Amino acid sequence: MKIGVLALQGDFREHLVAAKQAGHAALTVRRSEELAEVDALILPGGESTTIAQLARTFDLFTDLQSRIAEGMPVYGSCAGMILLADRIVDGAVGQETFGGIDMTVRRNAFGRQVDSFESDLNFDGNAMHAVFIRAPWVEEFSSSVQVLSEVIAADGKHRPVAVRQGSLFATSFHPELTTDLRVHRYFFDQVCSGAVK
Amino acid sequence: MSEAVGTARVKRGMAEMLKGGVIMDVVNVEQAKIAQDAGACAVMALERVPADIRAQGGVARMSDPDMIEKIKAAVTIPVMAKARIGHFVEARILEALGVDYIDESEVLTPADFENHIDKWDYKVPFVCGATNLGEALRRINEGAAMIRSKGEAGTGDVSNAMMHMRKIGGEIRRLSSMREDELYVAAKELQAPYALVKEVAETGKLPVVLFTAGGIATPADAALMMQMGADGVFIGSGIFKSGDPAARASACVKATTFFDDAKVVADASRGLGEAMVGINVADLPAPHRLAERGW
Repeated sequence: MKIGVLALQGDFREHLVAAKQAGHAALTVRRSEELAEVDALILPGGESTTIAQLARTFDLFTDLQSRIAEGMPVYGSCAGMILLADRIVDGAVGQETFGGIDMTVRRNAFGRQVDSFESDLNFDGNAMHAVFIRAPWVEEFSSSVQVLSEVIAADGKHRPVAVRQGSLFATSFHPELTTDLRVHRYFFDQVCSGAVK
Repeated sequence: MSEAVGTARVKRGMAEMLKGGVIMDVVNVEQAKIAQDAGACAVMALERVPADIRAQGGVARMSDPDMIEKIKAAVTIPVMAKARIGHFVEARILEALGVDYIDESEVLTPADFENHIDKWDYKVPFVCGATNLGEALRRINEGAAMIRSKGEAGTGDVSNAMMHMRKIGGEIRRLSSMREDELYVAAKELQAPYALVKEVAETGKLPVVLFTAGGIATPADAALMMQMGADGVFIGSGIFKSGDPAARASACVKATTFFDDAKVVADASRGLGEAMVGINVADLPAPHRLAERGW
Protein backbone atom coordinates (compact mmCIF):
# COMPACT_ATOMS: atom_id res chain seq x y z
CA MET A 1 0.00 0.00 0.00
CA LYS A 2 1.32 3.48 -0.89
CA ILE A 3 0.91 5.82 2.05
CA GLY A 4 1.09 9.55 1.38
CA VAL A 5 1.95 12.07 4.09
CA LEU A 6 0.78 15.63 3.51
CA ALA A 7 4.08 17.55 3.60
CA LEU A 8 3.06 21.21 3.47
CA GLN A 9 4.14 21.98 7.06
CA GLY A 10 4.54 20.12 10.36
CA ASP A 11 6.08 16.86 11.54
CA PHE A 12 5.53 14.92 8.33
CA ARG A 13 8.98 13.28 8.46
CA GLU A 14 8.07 11.42 11.65
CA HIS A 15 4.94 10.01 10.00
CA LEU A 16 6.98 8.95 6.96
CA VAL A 17 9.34 7.07 9.28
CA ALA A 18 6.43 5.39 11.10
CA ALA A 19 4.81 4.27 7.82
CA LYS A 20 8.11 2.86 6.56
CA GLN A 21 8.77 1.07 9.84
CA ALA A 22 5.33 -0.49 9.58
CA GLY A 23 6.39 -1.88 6.20
CA HIS A 24 4.68 0.47 3.77
CA ALA A 25 5.94 2.63 0.93
CA ALA A 26 5.65 6.24 2.11
CA LEU A 27 5.69 9.35 -0.08
CA THR A 28 5.43 13.04 0.60
CA VAL A 29 2.38 14.80 -0.85
CA ARG A 30 2.60 18.50 -1.72
CA ARG A 31 0.91 18.49 -5.13
CA SER A 32 -2.23 17.07 -6.72
CA GLU A 33 -0.21 14.69 -8.92
CA GLU A 34 1.38 13.21 -5.81
CA LEU A 35 -2.00 12.87 -4.10
CA ALA A 36 -3.32 10.95 -7.11
CA GLU A 37 -0.60 8.33 -6.64
CA VAL A 38 -1.31 7.32 -3.04
CA ASP A 39 -3.78 4.80 -1.62
CA ALA A 40 -4.09 6.44 1.79
CA LEU A 41 -3.04 9.72 3.40
CA ILE A 42 -1.73 10.93 6.73
CA LEU A 43 -2.28 14.53 7.83
CA PRO A 44 0.58 15.36 10.24
CA GLY A 45 0.79 17.53 13.31
CA GLY A 46 1.61 21.16 12.65
CA GLU A 47 -0.37 24.38 12.33
CA SER A 48 -3.81 23.67 10.91
CA THR A 49 -4.22 27.26 9.61
CA THR A 50 -0.90 27.09 7.76
CA ILE A 51 -1.60 23.66 6.25
CA ALA A 52 -5.11 24.60 5.09
CA GLN A 53 -3.88 27.82 3.48
CA LEU A 54 -1.05 26.10 1.63
CA ALA A 55 -3.48 23.39 0.46
CA ARG A 56 -5.69 26.16 -0.97
CA THR A 57 -2.81 28.02 -2.59
CA PHE A 58 -1.40 24.94 -4.28
CA ASP A 59 -4.79 23.59 -5.47
CA LEU A 60 -4.79 20.54 -3.22
CA PHE A 61 -7.79 21.51 -1.16
CA THR A 62 -10.67 20.41 -3.38
CA ASP A 63 -8.77 17.39 -4.75
CA LEU A 64 -8.20 16.23 -1.22
CA GLN A 65 -11.87 16.73 -0.38
CA SER A 66 -12.84 14.67 -3.44
CA ARG A 67 -10.52 11.83 -2.41
CA ILE A 68 -12.01 11.91 1.09
CA ALA A 69 -15.51 11.77 -0.38
CA GLU A 70 -14.47 8.82 -2.56
CA GLY A 71 -13.43 6.90 0.54
CA MET A 72 -9.64 7.24 0.60
CA PRO A 73 -8.43 6.25 4.10
CA VAL A 74 -7.07 9.26 5.96
CA TYR A 75 -5.43 9.51 9.38
CA GLY A 76 -4.95 12.91 11.02
CA SER A 77 -2.93 13.58 14.19
CA CYS A 78 -3.56 16.81 16.14
CA ALA A 79 -3.69 19.46 13.37
CA GLY A 80 -4.76 16.55 11.16
CA MET A 81 -7.73 15.91 13.46
CA ILE A 82 -8.75 19.56 13.12
CA LEU A 83 -8.46 19.31 9.32
CA LEU A 84 -10.74 16.25 9.26
CA ALA A 85 -13.47 17.86 11.37
CA ASP A 86 -16.66 19.06 9.73
CA ARG A 87 -16.87 21.82 12.34
CA ILE A 88 -14.31 23.57 14.59
CA VAL A 89 -14.52 25.93 17.53
CA ASP A 90 -11.84 28.42 18.65
CA GLY A 91 -10.44 28.47 15.12
CA ALA A 92 -9.00 31.50 13.37
CA VAL A 93 -11.48 33.77 11.58
CA GLY A 94 -12.48 32.07 8.33
CA GLN A 95 -10.38 28.96 9.04
CA GLU A 96 -11.21 26.12 6.64
CA THR A 97 -11.01 22.36 7.12
CA PHE A 98 -11.14 19.50 4.63
CA GLY A 99 -13.85 17.91 6.76
CA GLY A 100 -15.18 14.38 6.52
CA ILE A 101 -15.78 13.36 10.11
CA ASP A 102 -19.15 14.47 11.47
CA MET A 103 -17.77 16.10 14.60
CA THR A 104 -16.96 19.43 16.22
CA VAL A 105 -13.33 19.79 17.29
CA ARG A 106 -12.11 22.43 19.73
CA ARG A 107 -8.67 23.78 18.84
CA ASN A 108 -6.08 24.07 21.62
CA ALA A 109 -8.77 22.61 23.90
CA PHE A 110 -6.32 21.43 26.57
CA GLY A 111 -4.67 24.87 26.69
CA ARG A 112 -1.51 26.50 25.45
CA GLN A 113 1.97 24.99 25.30
CA VAL A 114 2.54 25.28 29.09
CA ASP A 115 -0.42 22.85 29.44
CA SER A 116 0.90 20.36 26.87
CA PHE A 117 1.25 16.95 28.53
CA GLU A 118 2.07 13.28 28.31
CA SER A 119 -0.44 10.79 29.64
CA ASP A 120 -1.28 7.10 29.82
CA LEU A 121 -4.53 6.23 28.11
CA ASN A 122 -6.51 3.38 26.69
CA PHE A 123 -6.65 3.25 22.90
CA ASP A 124 -9.05 0.69 21.44
CA GLY A 125 -8.44 -1.62 24.40
CA ASN A 126 -4.65 -1.09 24.55
CA ALA A 127 -2.78 0.73 27.32
CA MET A 128 -0.64 3.37 25.69
CA HIS A 129 1.47 6.45 26.47
CA ALA A 130 0.42 9.52 24.50
CA VAL A 131 1.90 12.97 23.83
CA PHE A 132 -0.47 15.95 23.62
CA ILE A 133 0.81 19.30 22.28
CA ARG A 134 -1.53 22.29 22.26
CA ALA A 135 -3.96 19.54 21.51
CA PRO A 136 -7.57 19.64 20.35
CA TRP A 137 -10.38 17.41 21.59
CA VAL A 138 -13.65 16.26 20.09
CA GLU A 139 -16.41 18.37 21.57
CA GLU A 140 -19.45 16.85 19.81
CA PHE A 141 -19.91 14.01 17.36
CA SER A 142 -22.66 12.21 15.51
CA SER A 143 -23.73 8.61 16.09
CA SER A 144 -21.69 7.49 13.07
CA VAL A 145 -18.48 8.42 14.87
CA GLN A 146 -16.77 5.73 16.94
CA VAL A 147 -14.74 6.88 19.97
CA LEU A 148 -11.52 4.87 20.36
CA SER A 149 -9.98 6.76 23.25
CA GLU A 150 -10.82 9.49 25.69
CA VAL A 151 -9.14 11.33 28.54
CA ILE A 152 -10.57 13.13 31.55
CA ALA A 153 -9.87 16.83 31.05
CA ALA A 154 -9.27 19.44 33.76
CA ASP A 155 -13.01 20.15 33.83
CA GLY A 156 -13.65 16.52 34.89
CA LYS A 157 -15.36 15.64 31.62
CA HIS A 158 -14.46 12.71 29.39
CA ARG A 159 -13.15 14.10 26.11
CA PRO A 160 -12.69 11.93 23.02
CA VAL A 161 -9.09 12.05 21.74
CA ALA A 162 -9.24 9.28 19.11
CA VAL A 163 -12.16 8.77 16.74
CA ARG A 164 -13.04 6.93 13.58
CA GLN A 165 -15.79 7.34 11.03
CA GLY A 166 -15.51 4.78 8.25
CA SER A 167 -12.22 5.29 6.44
CA LEU A 168 -11.34 8.44 8.39
CA PHE A 169 -9.40 8.26 11.63
CA ALA A 170 -8.07 11.00 13.91
CA THR A 171 -6.15 11.41 17.17
CA SER A 172 -5.54 14.49 19.32
CA PHE A 173 -2.15 13.07 20.29
CA HIS A 174 1.08 12.38 18.41
CA PRO A 175 2.03 8.69 18.13
CA GLU A 176 4.65 9.80 15.60
CA LEU A 177 6.64 11.38 18.44
CA THR A 178 7.01 8.00 20.16
CA THR A 179 8.48 4.70 18.97
CA ASP A 180 5.12 2.95 19.53
CA LEU A 181 3.71 1.99 16.13
CA ARG A 182 0.37 0.61 17.34
CA VAL A 183 -1.72 3.65 16.38
CA HIS A 184 -0.21 3.73 12.89
CA ARG A 185 -0.71 -0.01 12.59
CA TYR A 186 -4.35 0.43 13.62
CA PHE A 187 -4.72 2.86 10.70
CA PHE A 188 -2.93 0.61 8.19
CA ASP A 189 -4.39 -2.71 9.36
CA GLN A 190 -7.89 -1.80 10.53
CA VAL A 191 -8.90 1.42 8.76
CA CYS A 192 -7.15 1.00 5.41
CA SER A 193 -7.90 -2.69 4.98
CA GLY A 194 -11.56 -2.05 5.74
CA ALA A 195 -11.73 0.72 3.15
CA VAL A 196 -9.89 -0.87 0.21
CA LYS A 197 -12.33 -1.99 -2.43
CA MET B 1 -3.92 8.13 34.85
CA SER B 2 -0.45 9.60 35.18
CA GLU B 3 -0.05 12.98 33.55
CA ALA B 4 3.04 15.12 33.14
CA VAL B 5 3.41 18.66 31.82
CA GLY B 6 6.59 20.49 30.78
CA THR B 7 8.54 17.32 29.94
CA ALA B 8 11.45 17.40 27.48
CA ARG B 9 9.27 15.44 25.07
CA VAL B 10 6.40 17.95 25.00
CA LYS B 11 8.84 20.87 24.83
CA ARG B 12 10.86 19.40 21.98
CA GLY B 13 7.68 18.04 20.41
CA MET B 14 6.21 21.53 20.19
CA ALA B 15 9.16 22.52 17.97
CA GLU B 16 8.55 19.45 15.79
CA MET B 17 5.10 20.87 14.99
CA LEU B 18 6.65 24.14 13.75
CA LYS B 19 8.87 22.41 11.19
CA GLY B 20 8.60 23.42 7.57
CA GLY B 21 7.13 26.72 8.72
CA VAL B 22 7.96 30.40 9.06
CA ILE B 23 7.97 32.18 12.42
CA MET B 24 7.51 35.91 11.98
CA ASP B 25 8.45 38.86 14.22
CA VAL B 26 5.42 41.08 14.91
CA VAL B 27 5.14 44.25 16.99
CA ASN B 28 1.35 44.67 17.14
CA VAL B 29 -2.01 42.96 16.62
CA GLU B 30 -2.35 44.06 12.98
CA GLN B 31 0.99 42.52 12.06
CA ALA B 32 0.16 39.34 13.98
CA LYS B 33 -3.04 38.95 11.97
CA ILE B 34 -1.22 39.58 8.69
CA ALA B 35 1.32 36.91 9.68
CA GLN B 36 -1.36 34.36 10.55
CA ASP B 37 -3.32 35.09 7.37
CA ALA B 38 -0.13 34.62 5.35
CA GLY B 39 0.37 31.16 6.85
CA ALA B 40 2.98 31.77 9.57
CA CYS B 41 3.26 28.73 11.87
CA ALA B 42 3.93 31.03 14.87
CA VAL B 43 4.65 34.65 15.68
CA MET B 44 7.34 36.26 17.81
CA ALA B 45 5.82 39.13 19.79
CA LEU B 46 8.27 41.95 20.45
CA GLU B 47 8.24 45.72 20.84
CA ARG B 48 10.84 46.56 18.23
CA VAL B 49 12.05 44.42 15.35
CA PRO B 50 15.85 43.96 15.27
CA ALA B 51 16.30 46.58 12.52
CA ASP B 52 14.75 49.20 14.83
CA ILE B 53 16.69 48.01 17.88
CA ARG B 54 19.79 48.48 15.76
CA ALA B 55 18.74 51.91 14.50
CA GLN B 56 17.52 53.29 17.82
CA GLY B 57 20.11 51.76 20.11
CA GLY B 58 19.69 51.70 23.89
CA VAL B 59 18.94 48.68 26.08
CA ALA B 60 16.54 46.21 24.49
CA ARG B 61 14.39 44.29 26.98
CA MET B 62 11.45 41.89 27.24
CA SER B 63 8.26 43.34 25.73
CA ASP B 64 5.37 44.86 27.68
CA PRO B 65 3.07 42.06 28.98
CA ASP B 66 0.01 43.98 27.73
CA MET B 67 1.36 43.93 24.20
CA ILE B 68 2.10 40.20 24.38
CA GLU B 69 -1.37 39.44 25.78
CA LYS B 70 -3.07 41.42 23.02
CA ILE B 71 -1.22 39.44 20.39
CA LYS B 72 -2.04 36.18 22.17
CA ALA B 73 -5.71 37.14 22.07
CA ALA B 74 -5.62 38.13 18.40
CA VAL B 75 -4.24 34.93 16.84
CA THR B 76 -4.73 31.18 17.22
CA ILE B 77 -1.19 30.17 16.19
CA PRO B 78 1.57 29.84 18.83
CA VAL B 79 3.00 33.06 20.27
CA MET B 80 6.66 33.29 21.22
CA ALA B 81 8.41 36.11 23.08
CA LYS B 82 11.99 37.07 23.83
CA ALA B 83 13.80 37.27 27.15
CA ARG B 84 17.30 38.67 27.61
CA ILE B 85 20.15 36.15 27.84
CA GLY B 86 20.43 35.10 31.48
CA HIS B 87 17.39 37.11 32.62
CA PHE B 88 15.55 34.35 34.42
CA VAL B 89 12.93 36.70 35.86
CA GLU B 90 11.86 37.96 32.42
CA ALA B 91 11.57 34.27 31.51
CA ARG B 92 9.38 33.59 34.56
CA ILE B 93 7.14 36.50 33.57
CA LEU B 94 6.77 35.17 30.03
CA GLU B 95 5.99 31.71 31.41
CA ALA B 96 3.32 33.22 33.69
CA LEU B 97 1.83 35.02 30.68
CA GLY B 98 1.46 31.63 28.98
CA VAL B 99 3.57 32.29 25.90
CA ASP B 100 4.17 29.10 23.91
CA TYR B 101 7.94 29.44 23.50
CA ILE B 102 10.61 31.73 24.97
CA ASP B 103 13.48 32.91 22.81
CA GLU B 104 16.51 33.57 25.04
CA SER B 105 17.79 36.03 22.53
CA GLU B 106 21.00 37.84 21.69
CA VAL B 107 18.86 40.42 19.86
CA LEU B 108 18.00 41.85 23.30
CA THR B 109 20.72 43.30 25.51
CA PRO B 110 22.23 40.45 27.58
CA ALA B 111 21.54 40.47 31.32
CA ASP B 112 24.36 38.05 32.15
CA PHE B 113 27.66 37.80 30.32
CA GLU B 114 28.57 34.39 31.74
CA ASN B 115 25.46 32.32 32.37
CA HIS B 116 22.40 31.53 30.33
CA ILE B 117 19.04 30.67 31.94
CA ASP B 118 18.66 27.20 33.50
CA LYS B 119 15.92 26.21 31.10
CA TRP B 120 15.18 22.76 32.56
CA ASP B 121 13.43 24.49 35.41
CA TYR B 122 10.54 25.83 33.29
CA LYS B 123 7.33 24.32 31.94
CA VAL B 124 7.55 26.56 28.89
CA PRO B 125 10.08 25.52 26.23
CA PHE B 126 13.02 27.69 25.12
CA VAL B 127 14.67 28.32 21.78
CA CYS B 128 18.24 29.64 21.77
CA GLY B 129 20.62 30.88 19.10
CA ALA B 130 23.89 29.26 18.13
CA THR B 131 26.73 30.09 15.77
CA ASN B 132 28.36 26.65 15.98
CA LEU B 133 27.75 23.12 17.23
CA GLY B 134 29.43 23.60 20.61
CA GLU B 135 27.22 26.60 21.39
CA ALA B 136 24.12 24.67 20.29
CA LEU B 137 25.00 21.72 22.53
CA ARG B 138 25.72 23.98 25.52
CA ARG B 139 22.25 25.49 25.12
CA ILE B 140 20.66 22.05 24.79
CA ASN B 141 22.55 20.99 27.92
CA GLU B 142 20.94 23.96 29.71
CA GLY B 143 17.51 22.77 28.57
CA ALA B 144 16.88 24.49 25.22
CA ALA B 145 14.21 22.48 23.35
CA MET B 146 14.90 24.09 19.98
CA ILE B 147 17.94 25.76 18.38
CA ARG B 148 18.05 28.46 15.76
CA SER B 149 21.26 29.19 13.95
CA LYS B 150 22.12 32.85 14.48
CA GLY B 151 22.41 35.26 11.63
CA GLU B 152 23.00 38.97 11.91
CA ALA B 153 19.52 40.11 12.94
CA GLY B 154 18.06 43.29 11.52
CA THR B 155 20.40 43.51 8.55
CA GLY B 156 18.59 41.71 5.73
CA ASP B 157 22.02 40.22 4.93
CA VAL B 158 21.81 36.42 4.83
CA SER B 159 25.57 35.80 4.85
CA ASN B 160 25.90 35.24 8.59
CA ALA B 161 22.97 32.82 8.70
CA MET B 162 24.64 30.95 5.86
CA MET B 163 27.99 30.88 7.64
CA HIS B 164 26.46 29.51 10.84
CA MET B 165 24.31 26.87 9.12
CA ARG B 166 27.40 25.69 7.24
CA LYS B 167 29.41 25.68 10.45
CA ILE B 168 26.84 23.68 12.45
CA GLY B 169 26.22 21.25 9.57
CA GLY B 170 29.94 20.82 8.94
CA GLU B 171 30.72 20.12 12.58
CA ILE B 172 27.92 17.53 12.75
CA ARG B 173 29.26 15.81 9.61
CA ARG B 174 32.75 15.83 11.09
CA LEU B 175 31.53 14.13 14.30
CA SER B 176 29.70 11.48 12.27
CA SER B 177 32.95 10.53 10.55
CA MET B 178 35.00 10.14 13.74
CA ARG B 179 36.11 6.99 15.51
CA GLU B 180 34.36 6.55 18.84
CA ASP B 181 37.61 7.04 20.77
CA GLU B 182 38.05 10.44 19.13
CA LEU B 183 34.79 11.82 20.49
CA TYR B 184 36.27 12.60 23.92
CA VAL B 185 38.66 15.12 22.43
CA ALA B 186 35.92 16.38 20.11
CA ALA B 187 33.77 17.10 23.19
CA LYS B 188 36.67 18.99 24.77
CA GLU B 189 37.22 21.02 21.63
CA LEU B 190 33.53 21.78 21.17
CA GLN B 191 33.29 22.67 24.89
CA ALA B 192 30.17 20.54 25.02
CA PRO B 193 29.06 17.57 27.16
CA TYR B 194 30.37 14.22 25.94
CA ALA B 195 26.94 12.53 26.06
CA LEU B 196 25.45 15.07 23.65
CA VAL B 197 28.50 14.91 21.37
CA LYS B 198 28.16 11.12 21.22
CA GLU B 199 24.44 11.38 20.48
CA VAL B 200 25.05 13.80 17.60
CA ALA B 201 27.84 11.58 16.23
CA GLU B 202 25.48 8.58 16.24
CA THR B 203 22.35 10.24 14.84
CA GLY B 204 24.00 12.76 12.50
CA LYS B 205 21.72 15.55 13.72
CA LEU B 206 20.96 17.72 16.72
CA PRO B 207 18.68 16.12 19.32
CA VAL B 208 16.28 19.08 18.88
CA VAL B 209 14.74 20.93 15.93
CA LEU B 210 17.10 23.37 14.17
CA PHE B 211 15.62 26.54 12.65
CA THR B 212 17.58 29.38 11.16
CA ALA B 213 17.31 33.12 11.85
CA GLY B 214 18.85 36.49 11.13
CA GLY B 215 19.06 38.41 7.89
CA ILE B 216 16.45 36.45 5.92
CA ALA B 217 14.60 38.93 3.71
CA THR B 218 13.39 37.16 0.56
CA PRO B 219 11.66 33.90 -0.46
CA ALA B 220 14.98 32.86 -2.01
CA ASP B 221 16.76 33.42 1.32
CA ALA B 222 14.18 31.20 3.07
CA ALA B 223 14.56 28.45 0.45
CA LEU B 224 18.36 28.73 0.65
CA MET B 225 18.30 28.10 4.39
CA MET B 226 15.92 25.14 3.98
CA GLN B 227 18.26 23.64 1.39
CA MET B 228 21.10 24.10 3.88
CA GLY B 229 19.20 21.78 6.23
CA ALA B 230 17.18 24.14 8.40
CA ASP B 231 13.91 22.67 9.71
CA GLY B 232 12.22 26.07 9.31
CA VAL B 233 12.95 29.79 9.37
CA PHE B 234 12.50 32.82 11.59
CA ILE B 235 11.97 36.08 9.73
CA GLY B 236 12.35 39.20 11.80
CA SER B 237 12.65 42.59 10.20
CA GLY B 238 12.56 41.14 6.66
CA ILE B 239 8.78 41.12 6.38
CA PHE B 240 7.43 44.18 8.13
CA LYS B 241 10.31 46.41 7.00
CA SER B 242 9.51 45.63 3.37
CA GLY B 243 7.24 47.39 0.88
CA ASP B 244 4.35 44.88 0.95
CA PRO B 245 4.48 42.79 4.16
CA ALA B 246 1.38 40.64 3.46
CA ALA B 247 2.61 39.57 0.03
CA ARG B 248 6.17 38.99 1.22
CA ALA B 249 5.02 36.98 4.25
CA SER B 250 2.89 34.72 2.09
CA ALA B 251 5.68 34.34 -0.47
CA CYS B 252 8.19 33.30 2.21
CA VAL B 253 5.74 30.67 3.53
CA LYS B 254 5.36 29.20 0.03
CA ALA B 255 9.12 29.22 -0.59
CA THR B 256 9.76 27.46 2.73
CA THR B 257 7.37 24.60 1.88
CA PHE B 258 8.57 24.27 -1.74
CA PHE B 259 12.20 25.15 -1.01
CA ASP B 260 13.45 22.53 -3.47
CA ASP B 261 11.24 23.67 -6.36
CA ALA B 262 12.85 26.65 -8.11
CA LYS B 263 9.72 27.31 -10.17
CA VAL B 264 7.52 27.78 -7.10
CA VAL B 265 10.18 29.95 -5.44
CA ALA B 266 10.47 32.01 -8.64
CA ASP B 267 6.70 32.53 -8.77
CA ALA B 268 6.66 33.44 -5.09
CA SER B 269 9.41 36.01 -5.70
CA ARG B 270 7.43 38.01 -8.28
CA GLY B 271 5.91 41.43 -7.60
CA LEU B 272 6.71 41.68 -3.91
CA GLY B 273 7.66 45.34 -3.99
CA GLU B 274 10.75 46.52 -2.21
CA ALA B 275 12.71 44.23 0.10
CA MET B 276 14.06 45.77 3.29
CA VAL B 277 16.97 48.02 2.42
CA GLY B 278 19.37 46.24 4.70
CA ILE B 279 22.88 46.71 5.97
CA ASN B 280 25.93 44.72 4.90
CA VAL B 281 27.21 42.79 7.89
CA ALA B 282 30.78 43.63 6.83
CA ASP B 283 29.97 47.33 7.37
CA LEU B 284 28.82 46.77 10.96
CA PRO B 285 31.36 47.66 13.62
CA ALA B 286 32.14 44.61 15.78
CA PRO B 287 30.43 45.91 18.95
CA HIS B 288 27.15 46.12 17.01
CA ARG B 289 27.21 42.51 15.86
CA LEU B 290 24.48 40.69 17.75
CA ALA B 291 25.38 37.14 16.68
CA GLU B 292 28.58 37.36 18.71
CA ARG B 293 26.57 37.63 21.94
CA GLY B 294 26.21 34.26 23.69
CA TRP B 295 28.86 32.09 25.29
